[in-house]
Amino acid sequence: MSKKEMPDSKGKYGEYGGMYVPETLISALSELSEIYSKLKNGKEFRREYDRLQKHYNGRPTPLTFAERLTAHYGKAKIYLKREDLCHTGAHKLNNALGQILIAKRLGKKRIIAETGAGQHGVAVATVCAKFGFECVVYMGEKDIERQQPNVFRMKLLGAEVRPVSTGSKTLKDATSEAIRDWAANVKDTHYIIGSVVGPHPYPMIVRDFQSIIGKEAKEQIVKVEKKLPDYIVACVGGGSNAIGIFNEFLNDESVALFGIEAAGLGINSGKHCATLTLGEPGIFQGMMSYLLQDKEGQIAEVHSISAGLDYPGVGPEHSYLKERNRVKYFSVTDDEALDGVGLLTKLEGILPALESAHAVAYLEKFIHNTKNDEVVIVNVSGRGDKDLSTIINSSHRK
Amino acid sequence: MNFIREKVEMVNREGKKALSVFLTAGYPQKNNFTETALNILDAGADMLEIGIPFSDPLADGPVIQSSSQIALNNGVKMKDIFYYSQNIRSGSDKPLILMGYANPIKKYGITKFLNDAKNSGVNGLIVPDVTLEEYDSFYSNLTKEIEIILLSTPTSPDERIKYIDSLSRGFVYCVSSTGTTGMRDNFSIETIENLKRTYSLVNKNKMMIGFGISKPEDIKNISAYCDGVIVGSRIIKSLAENKKIKETLKTVSELSDACTGKY
Ligand SMILES: Cc1ncc(COP(=O)(O)O)c(C=O)c1O
Repeated sequence: MSKKEMPDSKGKYGEYGGMYVPETLISALSELSEIYSKLKNGKEFRREYDRLQKHYNGRPTPLTFAERLTAHYGKAKIYLKREDLCHTGAHKLNNALGQILIAKRLGKKRIIAETGAGQHGVAVATVCAKFGFECVVYMGEKDIERQQPNVFRMKLLGAEVRPVSTGSKTLKDATSEAIRDWAANVKDTHYIIGSVVGPHPYPMIVRDFQSIIGKEAKEQIVKVEKKLPDYIVACVGGGSNAIGIFNEFLNDESVALFGIEAAGLGINSGKHCATLTLGEPGIFQGMMSYLLQDKEGQIAEVHSISAGLDYPGVGPEHSYLKERNRVKYFSVTDDEALDGVGLLTKLEGILPALESAHAVAYLEKFIHNTKNDEVVIVNVSGRGDKDLSTIINSSHRK
Repeated sequence: MNFIREKVEMVNREGKKALSVFLTAGYPQKNNFTETALNILDAGADMLEIGIPFSDPLADGPVIQSSSQIALNNGVKMKDIFYYSQNIRSGSDKPLILMGYANPIKKYGITKFLNDAKNSGVNGLIVPDVTLEEYDSFYSNLTKEIEIILLSTPTSPDERIKYIDSLSRGFVYCVSSTGTTGMRDNFSIETIENLKRTYSLVNKNKMMIGFGISKPEDIKNISAYCDGVIVGSRIIKSLAENKKIKETLKTVSELSDACTGKY
């Protein structure tokens, strides 16, 4: 499988992806595709992006050998890709930096975004502060409650946070509101979507900006281990940190790629968001992809302790990679993720985001099948400071 | 078959712009929806658009969003849409158009959907999140009895509008302004200019204007640039606010009068 062909000229990954949006947005999406295809390989654009990544975001992020965690399991060597050390605390800034440079060239004045955990909202508010754009972030009321520190940060950065009270009051509803805002203000507004979801060209653009994670990780691991890793594990909400680290390894068939979804209260509980594990193809928020829905095609109510994974859809390229069997998707529960937080914090002194903790927690399930001379990389997509209140409130569970 | 187009032409020949009313299926009540719809047709609507409720209606503003949620809470299912259509069809020979988002239709199965729609007396279908880009991948086994109506918007370039006109059947649904469904204060000069532009580009089809039309004056301002108008949120709002349907029927007949040039 050659990843170079993905997506095709219609924005499809196999049958997935595409542009299922109201007519009003088509011209803006075409304009975005056009400018992006020119900028992508332009020297000046690349130079500006690389410079920001280095001097503002702090890249490259380290690849840390998790010595005590490795000893704890006594199996494969575990490395951590440290996106938690990105400026603003998660991989989301990789995308926001790239997209703000596009917005500048599009000549748009106003930026909108949706956010779940608030990490993407913070990243967008940050680049808007740095580049002097007006910024509006849509956020579900439920997420505003559970990610208070990030709400405060966004406001401090000068963004307006608009609470969304429709539907489940989470990421999917915030995304719908952002798309509606875009349809109304498309002339002067650029929409910075936060994951590899939505209509073409977004899943492609966000993947390209996030693929720096895997490029660095490959160089770093080859340097220390003199070989490719045997396994890479990443959490999957919309799927941007996962595609970000997987992309560079898609053609290396010897590398097993695991995407970890949120099983919430358990995959039989009806309260989860294990889209690729339990969903089926559908059309939602601009794309054809796996989707959690009911018998009538209504979007399902989903649940995860982590706001960033609490979404009924998933990026179309993941649907394609699942069907091609290139990436395997599994899920871990809220409680297992909380255990993952505890484990990484106590053994490595690294407090991961609840989202990233899902990837950490999956080690428990598969590492026993690995050998001592094998190598695992876990993508620590973000840090957990934002989740402290959720973690404290959940400590009685155990 | 050009059932919808012929009806619009017939209404136009009588000196009236066609009035299409949008209703969310099963709203406000599930059990007397057919009666509500037939009353609205009697009050002066020339055709009906029946909205299939969806949990996440991207192109809709707050009024239709909330009607959609209430309809779902009322337990409206896809089978009810065809049931309503059949019953309305037995009481009226005016065009019936279904409007629904792609996912519930895909889930039902597009071939089965078109077939059941045809057998229920439906004449047209509007899917707001399926544009030219996805037309071929979404629609399979199209039947000539169900006319697929496409939308144009202020952001659609001239060439694209011509293409939309060439592929659309029934009419071209001209979205008056950017944004979602819902009431607007008034139509700006820019909006009117765009309606003029679109009307001059739509040649094969009749053109109906929708989004933001709520008052007789709105119709007065735009009637030179269309063959008909579509009113949704104004009627849904009236149904929400008035227990008795009489008030809503009065609104429909005022809008209908405006379509004949009486304000
Ligand atoms: C730290 C972190 N990891 C992961 C995610 C999930 O998004 P994605 O699957 O696009 O990486 C989020 C989303 O908010 C996040 O904040």
